[in-house]
Amino acid sequence: MNKSVRALLGATALCSVAVAANAETLTIATVNNGDMIRMQGLDDDFTAKTGIELEWVTLEENVLRQRVTTDISTNGGAFDIMTIGMYETPIWGANGWLVPLDDLSEEYNAADILPAMAGGLSYDGTLYAAPFYGESSMVMYRTDLMEAAGLEMPDAPTWEFIREAAAAMTDRDADINGICLRGKAGWGEGGAFITAMSNSFGARWFDMDWNAQFDTEAWANTLNFYKGMMDESGPAGYATNGFNENLSLFQQGKCGMWIDATVAASFVTNPNDSEVADSVGFALAPDNGLGKRSNWLWAWALAIPAGSQKTDAAKQFIEWATSTDYIELVAANEGWANVPPGARTSLYENPNYMDVPFAQMTLDSILSADPLNSTVEESPYVGVQFAAIPEFAGIATEVSQEFSAAYAGQQTVEEALAKAQAITNDAMEAAGYR
Amino acid sequence: MARSVTKQQKALNTAIAWTIGLLIFFPILWTILTSFKSEGQAIADPPIFLFFDWTLENYAVVQERSNYTNFLWNSIIISVGSTVLGLIVAIPAAWSMAFTPSKRTKDILMWMLSTKMLPAVGVLYPIYIGATKMGLMDSHIALVLVIMLINLPIIIWMLYTYFREIPGEILEAARMDGASLKEEIIYILTPMAIPGIASTMLLNIILAWNEAFWTINLTVTKAAPLTAFIASYSSPEGLFYAKLSAASTMAIAPILIMGWFSQKQLVRGLTFGAVK
Repeated sequence: MNKSVRALLGATALCSVAVAANAETLTIATVNNGDMIRMQGLDDDFTAKTGIELEWVTLEENVLRQRVTTDISTNGGAFDIMTIGMYETPIWGANGWLVPLDDLSEEYNAADILPAMAGGLSYDGTLYAAPFYGESSMVMYRTDLMEAAGLEMPDAPTWEFIREAAAAMTDRDADINGICLRGKAGWGEGGAFITAMSNSFGARWFDMDWNAQFDTEAWANTLNFYKGMMDESGPAGYATNGFNENLSLFQQGKCGMWIDATVAASFVTNPNDSEVADSVGFALAPDNGLGKRSNWLWAWALAIPAGSQKTDAAKQFIEWATSTDYIELVAANEGWANVPPGARTSLYENPNYMDVPFAQMTLDSILSADPLNSTVEESPYVGVQFAAIPEFAGIATEVSQEFSAAYAGQQTVEEALAKAQAITNDAMEAAGYR
Repeated sequence: MARSVTKQQKALNTAIAWTIGLLIFFPILWTILTSFKSEGQAIADPPIFLFFDWTLENYAVVQERSNYTNFLWNSIIISVGSTVLGLIVAIPAAWSMAFTPSKRTKDILMWMLSTKMLPAVGVLYPIYIGATKMGLMDSHIALVLVIMLINLPIIIWMLYTYFREIPGEILEAARMDGASLKEEIIYILTPMAIPGIASTMLLNIILAWNEAFWTINLTVTKAAPLTAFIASYSSPEGLFYAKLSAASTMAIAPILIMGWFSQKQLVRGLTFGAVK
């Protein structure tokens, strides 16, 4: 090998090292759920297209929430992209902690984002986080048990029908509970469910002067109905059941109905995990004829903290991860049932996706939730199963602990509501709302 | 005079000790067993104890998804580093308190212990901002320093207890033979207190290994130890118990093995000075 060839090879090697050394790396904080893990498995596609490397920090939802809140509120800059929800986005957007996503490319087609999602992830009309996937809640039920009970599930059931069907499907000897619902303490667990349910009973967290409303008849009706139905037809220990516990019960054929996140539909219909995969039907979350249903609205979305030094690269990643191209990439690798749902309108115009049994009901559920107008009577807050104010998470966790204690029979519903009223009013007074 | 123990009493004591031991070990055993189950078997009701289709799939998935070696290496650096640094600071401190106590020594010891009662989250923001401003976020140095400081009261307390059992006359004799303070600590005190120092070291390595608040909050990707590795497999929306169990087993295995081989030293050190 002559000298010039050696020199050329050497220079090439040095250049490649230099390019590698200069390659930009994004640090992404995310939650541990199926869609996010799937994205990590497909991130080579993004790196191949852009040359940008990705580093993932995957944490449990509550740990992640605390971790990214610490970082963003101190302008720490540890992360270039954060996975956050509908609760944080408007609050952080208002604080100036997030980079506005108002200059995404034309090819990205931001107008394709479902309006309910875009609305919940915006502050003052500006989008601050792009939805990776969205969800509402709906009824998942056993078609075989419903048939055996001689009942037919309407597309839009009432709570009275749900209670009647739950009682008819319950068979304690066969270890079948008519209905499984969240009762576990925590604002994102049982707290989220009961708040969404209360909307359909005409209840609300606050009046227009931020006074707590737990002393109203609507809240008493909500809790008494929930507890009465669960005592009749729910599983033992329902006061400590959350999403995972109910998913486990449903997959093992121990629930007649389960009202929970629409993303659970892909789990319960997956024959690898679910014993009842081929006998699951779907319906809208119940109502009481008051004009509001009991379904929630949530999105896991990608946002750029204001402290990031790599805003342009971060926007490139967000455009890739929440694009229609990414949806097609997942469909090609994992099938249409596993694409991230609930974020884009065009997904629900795609005949391939609409063949998925729960696609239409998921869309209908999302469309029927309105975070800007979630309660029967006027309320001062944004959010369906939460109020988008910083104090809510702490207050709702305490309140849901009182509710769970009532479900478990450690106190009466009246006592729990009286405590919830005092906890909420005290906290709101301390925070300067009242 | 030794109290006589009948055979029946011995058998009863042994049975009680084994029952308590197994009860304490059961959650770890269950975690290990779950790590070899499928996700469906992991949530089966009634639970399946031993008769299931054993699989290594969860370990394969965890290995594929995470760089275990990197997390393990970070755990070793942080736990050993913080313990060694803690001993370097604590041995002279415990020496002065044990052999040259002042009127305030007891108060200082109590005050040091009281700092352990402070909730960690109370100082999260100042430490987080400090680490960020000094460029120490996601570094071994920050974690070694913070965890050393957190465990320092325990290290000093344990060493103080052991040092108090060593007769002061021996140190006086060394001084009369011309030993300097440094020589006295290194050549006389430390060798005599080796069992105590060893057990202090082992216990603090375990405490540092299991520390989950600071190791998650002050790391991102480079310095994240096994606690962050476990946290990445927990999920409130999705059934990943078998994978979480596999990750937990991989995280506790090194410290479990270390504890198994050093249990004699640990017990000897922990009971050192208990019988006078």
